[in-house]
Amino acid sequence: MERVSRVLRHIVQRLISLVPVVLGVSVTVFLILQLTPGDPARLLAGQVPDPQVLENIRRELGLDQPIHIQYWNFLVGAVQGDLGTSFRSGRPVIDEIRTRLPFTLELAVVGMAIALLVGVTAGVLAAYKRNTLYDLLTMIGSLIFVSMPGFWVALLLMLAFSLELRWLPASGRGGPLWTVDGWRHVLLPAVTLSLSSAAILARLTRASMVEVLNQDYIKTARAKGVPNVVVVFKHTLKNALIPVITLAGIQFGDMLANTAIIETVFAWPGISRVGVQAISSRDFPMVQGVVLFVAIVFVLVNMLVDLLYVFLDPRIKYD
Amino acid sequence: MAVSASLGTPRISMSRRVAARLRRNPGAWIGAVILLAFLTAAVFAPQIAPYDHTRQNILRRLQPPSEEHRLGTDELGRDILSRIIFGTRVSLQVGLISVSISGFFGTAFGLAAGYFRRLDNVIMRFMDILLAFPGILLAMAIVAALGPGLYNSMVAIGIWAIPVYARVTRGSVLGVKQTEYIEASRALGVSEFRIIFRHILPNIASPLIVLSTMRIATAILSAASLSFLGLGAQPPIADWGGMLSAGRMYVRDAPWVAVFPGMAITLTVLGFNLFGEALREALDPQVQKRN
Repeated sequence: MERVSRVLRHIVQRLISLVPVVLGVSVTVFLILQLTPGDPARLLAGQVPDPQVLENIRRELGLDQPIHIQYWNFLVGAVQGDLGTSFRSGRPVIDEIRTRLPFTLELAVVGMAIALLVGVTAGVLAAYKRNTLYDLLTMIGSLIFVSMPGFWVALLLMLAFSLELRWLPASGRGGPLWTVDGWRHVLLPAVTLSLSSAAILARLTRASMVEVLNQDYIKTARAKGVPNVVVVFKHTLKNALIPVITLAGIQFGDMLANTAIIETVFAWPGISRVGVQAISSRDFPMVQGVVLFVAIVFVLVNMLVDLLYVFLDPRIKYD
Repeated sequence: MAVSASLGTPRISMSRRVAARLRRNPGAWIGAVILLAFLTAAVFAPQIAPYDHTRQNILRRLQPPSEEHRLGTDELGRDILSRIIFGTRVSLQVGLISVSISGFFGTAFGLAAGYFRRLDNVIMRFMDILLAFPGILLAMAIVAALGPGLYNSMVAIGIWAIPVYARVTRGSVLGVKQTEYIEASRALGVSEFRIIFRHILPNIASPLIVLSTMRIATAILSAASLSFLGLGAQPPIADWGGMLSAGRMYVRDAPWVAVFPGMAITLTVLGFNLFGEALREALDPQVQKRN
């Protein structure tokens, strides 16, 4: 009972500590776009605007107010779920985010699952077969994968599996993940998204495993005659995975950001593609909304990872 | 004076040790050869490139690799090899300039936060906020404000990595600040400015050098990504990301237009990663011992 209340208290403390970060993120996003040269009202008013029309648009958007009032209005609106209206589509930004964000998360979650599965497995095997050809090839391979641009890999995979072999569709989303078509569509973008993270996770898993394998309690287990397989997979893996989980949290954030590229290449209908289009068309409310949301998701994921860390590592205290 | 003199000797032997370790590491050799090749291509681009990289020839568009055009031609009939050679200049420029921006400001913030306790909290909380933007997102938001273009993308990528430098620098400063020679310098009445730039900075240079090598790789990849999305270098600049972006329209019929620029990006980034990794191992003997 006491343990539960301590855990709950820890969660509440972590949530409270997020408030200044999220506020800071909102100020940064707001200021970045405020510093933009040019007048958003002119973007809305067209080529040769009537000064009266411009004035009206400015008043309507609150652009005639001092900057701190504008930020306050933006913040109050954001808390109430009002992120303004897209200059481009005329739809509320929050509606677009509500519709598109789940698709981006779906892509990132599948990508993360593939990265963890492939990366951790490859890393564990490399540590298990340390200083063998397999180990060397895994480490060289991972360095090459980290160095490849995601959009290039996307094009190569598309060329091979969609255009030449015709096994998988080249673009779009097929449907929910419980349908075959859903999986067929998500596979190529998710694999592309996962490659560099899988490579980074493989390297860290190997390094972390090697570190744990050098510790005294492992040496004791070996001295007692425990078989190598048991030592590696039972005694080492759990402790070695703790830093891997932290990195996985950061990697998830990178994946969320990289969806901008992957969604563009594979015409995936997620929020990041909308964000990229918004940047090109200078649709500032949309850019603001998308950046703010993705950053908040990242901060929340990191908090979850921190909490998971506490559960996994008994040496860390809740308070 | 005595403090500097006593620091001189170990630093020389340390650099010799690092050079010896680098020489023994095959990764360092491969990385160095790749980087040297691209550096040569960048410096002597006009002499090496077989054609004018901007010359268009619609009659010879999308030609496959041949004797005449080793890597084929693009959608406007320009020689891809020549464009890749000139693109080396853009990529290396992006890597160096953006890393200089983040290195300069990040190190300054990190030094201030690590050395002056009263500034620590303010600076590092601000850095935490910047780190709350995942991956390339912050760079994209900055480009959104500044507008697309090569120089704006360099600035955006530079700003994006400032908190990374600040964190590494601050951590290193905190470690060095408590050492006896710094305490001794303070006791001798050496000015804070001199302590920071003369005694602390040279002693925290190793992790910053490693970080910079790795960050150049990230900066090149990120700039290519921004160009690919149409937010970086704009045509007609010969930029690898932009070449790839244009090439994706023809990936089915003329895959070479996208494949070769992608290879150039991968090789350059691999070169920096290999060399950076080797440098990290050479500067941190613990890494070698663990392996």
